[in-house]
Amino acid sequence: MPKRTDIKSVLLIGSGPIVVGQACEFDYSGSQACKALREEGYRVVLVNSNPATIMTDPCVADCTYIEPITPEVVESIIRKERPDALLPTLGGQTGLNTAMELAESGVLDRYSCELIGAKADVIRRAEDRAQFKKAMEGAGLSCLRSELVTSVAEAERVAERLGYPVIVRPSYTLGGTGGGTAHNVEELREIVADGLAASIRHNVLIEESVLGWKEYELEVMRDRHDNAVIVCSIENVDPMGVHTGDSITVAPVQTLSDAEYQVMRDAAIRVLRAVGVETGGSNVQFAVHPKTGRQVVIEMNPRVSRSSALASKATGFPIAKIAAKLAVGYTLDELKNDITKKTPASFEPVLDYCVVKIPRFAFEKFPGANPRLGVSMKSVGETMAIGGNFREALQKALRGLEIGVDGLDLKAEQRVPTDLLEEALAAPAQDRIFAIKCALKRGMSVEAIAERTQIDPWFVDNIAQIVEIEHEIAAFPAGRPLSVQLLWKAKKSGFSDRQIAALRSCEELEVRRLRHELNVRPVFRLVDTCAGEFEAVTPYYYSTYCGTVQEARRSERPTVMVVGGGPNRIGQGIEFDYCCVHVVQEMHELGYETVMVNSNPETVSTDYDTSDKLYFEPLTLEDLLNICDFEKPIGVVVQVGGQTPLNLALPLKRAGVPILGTDPEDINRAEDREETRKLLDALGVKQPDSGTARTVEEALAVADRVGYPVMIRPSYVLGGRAMMVAHTPHEARPFIQAAFHASPGFPVLVDRFLDRATEVDVDLLCDGQTVYIGGIMEHVEEAGIHSGDSACCIPPHTLHPATQRRIESVCRRMALALNVKGLMNVQLAIRDNEVYVLEVNPRASRTVPYVSKATAVPLARFAARIMFGMSLAGFGLGERPPKLPWYAVKEAVLPFNRFHGVDPILGPEMKSTGEVMGVGETFEEAHWKSQIAAGTALPTEGLVFLSLADRDKNWAGEIGWDLNELGYRLACTQGTAETLRAAGVEDVMLLGKIHENNKPDILDLMREKRVSLIINTPSGARARLDEVGIRAEAVQLNVPMITTVAGAKAAIRALRQMRGRSCTVRSLQEIYAGGTLQNSGGQG
Amino acid sequence: MKRAIVALEDGRFFEGESFTGDGEAFGEIVFNTSMTGYQEILTDPSYHQQIVTLTYPLVGNYGVHPQDAESAAVRPAALLIGECSRIHSSWRAQGSLQDFLWAHGTMGVHNVDTRAITLHIRSKGAMRCVVSTVDLDPQRLVGKARAWPGFIGRDIAGEVTSPVSYEWPGPHGGVSPFSPASADGVGSWDAVLQVELNGARRFRVAVLDCGLKFNQLRILARLGCELTVFPIYTPAEEILRFRPDGFFISNGPGDPAGMGAVAENIRKIVETGLPTFGICFGHQLLGLAFGGRTFKLKFGHRGANQPVLDRRTGCVEITSQNHGFAVDIESLPAEIETTHINLNDGTSEGMQHRHKPVFSVQYHPEAAPGPHDAAPHFRRFISLMSN
Repeated sequence: MPKRTDIKSVLLIGSGPIVVGQACEFDYSGSQACKALREEGYRVVLVNSNPATIMTDPCVADCTYIEPITPEVVESIIRKERPDALLPTLGGQTGLNTAMELAESGVLDRYSCELIGAKADVIRRAEDRAQFKKAMEGAGLSCLRSELVTSVAEAERVAERLGYPVIVRPSYTLGGTGGGTAHNVEELREIVADGLAASIRHNVLIEESVLGWKEYELEVMRDRHDNAVIVCSIENVDPMGVHTGDSITVAPVQTLSDAEYQVMRDAAIRVLRAVGVETGGSNVQFAVHPKTGRQVVIEMNPRVSRSSALASKATGFPIAKIAAKLAVGYTLDELKNDITKKTPASFEPVLDYCVVKIPRFAFEKFPGANPRLGVSMKSVGETMAIGGNFREALQKALRGLEIGVDGLDLKAEQRVPTDLLEEALAAPAQDRIFAIKCALKRGMSVEAIAERTQIDPWFVDNIAQIVEIEHEIAAFPAGRPLSVQLLWKAKKSGFSDRQIAALRSCEELEVRRLRHELNVRPVFRLVDTCAGEFEAVTPYYYSTYCGTVQEARRSERPTVMVVGGGPNRIGQGIEFDYCCVHVVQEMHELGYETVMVNSNPETVSTDYDTSDKLYFEPLTLEDLLNICDFEKPIGVVVQVGGQTPLNLALPLKRAGVPILGTDPEDINRAEDREETRKLLDALGVKQPDSGTARTVEEALAVADRVGYPVMIRPSYVLGGRAMMVAHTPHEARPFIQAAFHASPGFPVLVDRFLDRATEVDVDLLCDGQTVYIGGIMEHVEEAGIHSGDSACCIPPHTLHPATQRRIESVCRRMALALNVKGLMNVQLAIRDNEVYVLEVNPRASRTVPYVSKATAVPLARFAARIMFGMSLAGFGLGERPPKLPWYAVKEAVLPFNRFHGVDPILGPEMKSTGEVMGVGETFEEAHWKSQIAAGTALPTEGLVFLSLADRDKNWAGEIGWDLNELGYRLACTQGTAETLRAAGVEDVMLLGKIHENNKPDILDLMREKRVSLIINTPSGARARLDEVGIRAEAVQLNVPMITTVAGAKAAIRALRQMRGRSCTVRSLQEIYAGGTLQNSGGQG
Repeated sequence: MKRAIVALEDGRFFEGESFTGDGEAFGEIVFNTSMTGYQEILTDPSYHQQIVTLTYPLVGNYGVHPQDAESAAVRPAALLIGECSRIHSSWRAQGSLQDFLWAHGTMGVHNVDTRAITLHIRSKGAMRCVVSTVDLDPQRLVGKARAWPGFIGRDIAGEVTSPVSYEWPGPHGGVSPFSPASADGVGSWDAVLQVELNGARRFRVAVLDCGLKFNQLRILARLGCELTVFPIYTPAEEILRFRPDGFFISNGPGDPAGMGAVAENIRKIVETGLPTFGICFGHQLLGLAFGGRTFKLKFGHRGANQPVLDRRTGCVEITSQNHGFAVDIESLPAEIETTHINLNDGTSEGMQHRHKPVFSVQYHPEAAPGPHDAAPHFRRFISLMSN
């Protein structure tokens, strides 16, 4: 069937900011979909609030709206653009839910906008648990026994009937928010109450437990002719009970016989038919009883998902691209397999390798969070590895995880508390795979471990084989080089050079030398969708020691290699992937053969369409050198992938690999505090007093010298890990200890903390001769909040132009002094009109995509040109962007709702997972939009609870007065009430303090849904219990909350200007072309 | 583990380790891309005297089970794989792959670069091969591979067909088919086959055993057929004397072009207007019976992911395949309609007679291993007999 000609334009909704459960994979799927639809001649209208995405580059869609993803805003866009169709299945749960709200409210009908890919009733059938169950039963498919409830009391009755434990699942939520396993009635009450609050339908499903069953997923594509193919089968190593996003998973399935697998395949296709998914990709999850083989359908997603991104990377089958083409009417047999270019897309990919995915967690960022894994997803990223067998893939993935282990090595064992080994086996947590190794080394049998962990013995036995090889290596006579047989055996099971070196007490490079002497080298094999049956055209490679034939081909053209950022984590995510993609694209355009190396399956950079060649490999020195040995690149780019490639820059250079752009020695110079200090002094640039210390006592002495408050930070960490502000020596001591702990063996840095200062970030380009100031970002929050967690504005909303010029001058001098060739980021503090430099990083920063979007200058692309020696003068860029007729505010999005009980406050340690951008004619409009986009829309009326720390009390009167004037009612406790009264605010609702049990208190009000906004600033690093309770509860109940005075003031400014007005939507193309926001139409 | 060498007639050789002890085996080397179903592949008579390379490297993970056998013997001369799993893990397993091969005296070799073999066969075609642990001199082995006569002059199908006729299940009655545990007891096959469990009509079906797979007969039996299996050289008259309602021609090994006599027998039966269904080798024999030609494919279709287009409906079936020869579409007379083609290479996958109740498919609707998409062809056969 040919494509549809009755539709001309298609609206795509993105997934918004990166949050737990929704990450880069939807940038990957959305970008693919945009490309696929435009290839077919459709006009694509896109909305996504996340500026760090490739999909929101103005060249990807025809009309790109970086606007909040709410039904109201999307309606304005529909009204303005009049798309013929809305494709709801490529923007994650956010895109799907928004599309559903538009369908149900009649907006789509009103504007004759057709849902393609999945109709509303189909989405409802898939997402609504009761309807889904009914559809499954109708199709004769076995499901779990369960009942839908709308109250806690009802839940208790159902749980009694089913027997504990029971699983609680709210409808329509992402990544299982609000769900959980209840082992008894107390747990049930708590989980159900949370779940009811989280569900937009206010109902939850109480379900029989399949804890410990084996878990599987099939990725299915179906077209209008009812042709269906399974793109990928995935087996979870962790059994049911751990969210699949938090599980180690393997593709293809390993422990199902064909007879069983085909039954599952039939069921998956029947699920799609029963739900009615007409076209596109869906994912169906199954549980299988390990002893009886009983198979049950758990759930299905009628859209592309994180698993489908994984499946695409694991097989080479581009699910999102094909899904988009199916949605506009093609059938699978009419589309080509991208990799072979000859065979059709209507086939099932076959693998001749093993793929392992491991989730990456960030519990160290959230002290107090429960590290036990369950049905609500907690991981923030993932890494994937491809190998010739499970062991090779597993060990590659473990070193690709970048958590300081070189595989299933000796260091991995240290992560397991040996006295709690039994518990570590029984309770699913992030290091359980390491606990299995420890247990095996202690002599526990494969069967015993399988029983305790409910992990299939096949996986445990493979780990046992790794342990045996480790023993062989360690036991090999000392003083003699390893035998060639043993070396091959170890490498075929995924042992890294470092892992072997640690067992032989030698250096990594010695093992490498030995390998080269004995010619023990990997080959690069193609991921070709067809296990070699057909010739592959697309060069997508992985390394393995299990092969004998080198399939990679060197290009005639000079080759450049870009090193990506690895798994997403807090502080390093999509922003760096964005930069990598831009650099690769630009270098390709300059005529180079581009090689991308990365280990993160969610990303656009690991789309084999992005670069000329893709190597899906862990980002370690060994793995990169193996690629360099073969590709012989003329240069490697390390400055755009975040900390991961940066840490490899010097070792690569010392191994003889040419580095493009800023010299690694110069990068290192900027990382070294003492060197930086000397440099800044020489330049006459001010910085806060500081010092480094190697012991706690030294650090305290430095603090005394520079004066309190002080900022305490470890060396070589990412995203402000373990950074804290201390106001007294008493506070400082534990923070100093924590900092030493975070970066063992390295000095701790103590700086004078500039409180009440305005913080500024600058991203710039330097070619060694001249400097282009990409953007000055003025933070909304004061210095002391990690720049990644602060809202900020381009252009600066309060800084005087004269101050801006001085900032630029400081940055310029530093960039030239550091001999920067490419990007540099500077963090500064402005206090009493003095400019202080806080940090200098001669590399791409997290803010590059935001600055690029806000100023319409793609910084990373120009950086790529500079790396080849081109000069800024040739690009037509002046000293800075022209005066912008708009404001762009970036706001951070925080994951506190995933980590129950953690105090949701901002500080020097970064905690956000993602960001959004709001664009407006004024700072207030832009800020207003950014708040809506971040999911913390400011309430336009109602009751505001005000509670400020003592040092913020001065502001209480001002904030209270303003709110009162805007018509809000205020609630507070006695102390604040007095301050308010003194400021002339009389009408205050007085609340009791929580710890005095004086009712009603703020918790009661929140639970009664009477509070529309909470303004609560933490009273110090060790916040009082009451405060923590209020904030944690607000996060759980989804009450908007502001935790800084600066944030509150910005909010009041925005409210004053924007309240009662609806936002005007503007596409990037309009903004950039017009250069002005006036007359852009589309009044919403 | 014994070091083993795999040597091909064109001089290429590969190294591996035998996990079934010493031996030397000759055969035609082929590859199969299925990721599951090693036991079904090993017991498929169409692999008789072939050396089978599985492209998926991790094999033996779920052990073996009598229900997964497609015939009473292991058919290939040797199995070449990436890694034979040290343990097997499945609630169903009744033994290991290693023991299974050992018990049937078939060589199993692992730690072989199976992808290298696959890429080689893809570019050079299927060829004669020897696998040995007793002779490790590659050049001498290449010579042996060249000296092996291969299938020339050998009656390959005759080596696997039943020596006598019998009523299904006959000697194979001991094992019930796999039925997945599920709450409602509806087996997956029954759903795709739309089995009417009560009151279904019974048919007498004559089966020509060219190397049949059990699942073909299990499905026909499930659909109400009473099956009598005849050896491949049974004269047409003898089969017709049995007065069947339908005629089924199974898959089997070897070159159909050498089967002129069998094709002639088939022609006689088909001409009577007896509803006839052929699978794989049966499809090729029918092609010959209709006056067409067959030819050898470079490296065949072996796997569980082959896309087949039904030209009449425009729908695609994902099919299980195992064949090295194909029917030349152009050689068929006008009364034969090519109903199905392979979407990868456009070769013949199905045909039907325009006037007679005769049809055939090149692939395996009985799957085992592979997807069940094509199962409705069995119903089609039942419908022909019902009319």
